[in-house]
Amino acid sequence: MSVTILYFAWLRERIGLPRETVETRAATVAGLVEELRAREERYALAFADLKAVRVALDQELSDFDAPLAGVREIAFFPPMTGG
Amino acid sequence: MTVRVQAEPFDYGAECNAFAAACGGAGAVVTFCGLVRDEDGRLSGMEIEHYPGMTERALAGIEAEARARWSLTEALILHRHGPMAPGEAIMMVATASRHRGDAFAAAEFLMDYLKSRAPFWKKEFGTDGEAWVAARDEDEDQLKRW
Repeated sequence: MSVTILYFAWLRERIGLPRETVETRAATVAGLVEELRAREERYALAFADLKAVRVALDQELSDFDAPLAGVREIAFFPPMTGG
Repeated sequence: MTVRVQAEPFDYGAECNAFAAACGGAGAVVTFCGLVRDEDGRLSGMEIEHYPGMTERALAGIEAEARARWSLTEALILHRHGPMAPGEAIMMVATASRHRGDAFAAAEFLMDYLKSRAPFWKKEFGTDGEAWVAARDEDEDQLKRW
């Protein structure tokens, strides 16, 4: 299936792009992260420590165990620092 | 009940007055404003990135939760993104209620939640170069009191 992935803050900088569309066979967010890590070094570096990464599915905060079925937009970013 | 996300600077005093003038018979208004620090001259500015779409949604959700928990006649969350200089206002919250207790509690709740549950990321620029601001464990811990 085809999904849109968005990257923010230092994840965007390390990967070098704000968004991309990828084909994935992953069933969960964790599976997608494994696919991305295997693509290129910059992805492996960006996703080296998942404790420092948060994920949102279709603009709702989620977690790495969440299923991807029906999801159109996945965002990866560091812990938020608003206020 | 209002959520505003904008790049433009805002006039905190004017926003407070406009809020107090239209808060539906409240007897208490609490406002908070966050400013860009200069860290004793070490910082020359800040840039805030956000996630358009999710930001508005997350802030509206946080505001709805505050309204469900406390009796508010009005509430406002205003948050900027983009570049800003030391001393500039980054964001504000305002709450209004019949008596002060609800307005105080709801304002603190809004602040605690939007610090770590709304998709904003701060980057600081200064004499040591540029760096993303790390989330603080204390900010996450603050959520447990609610």
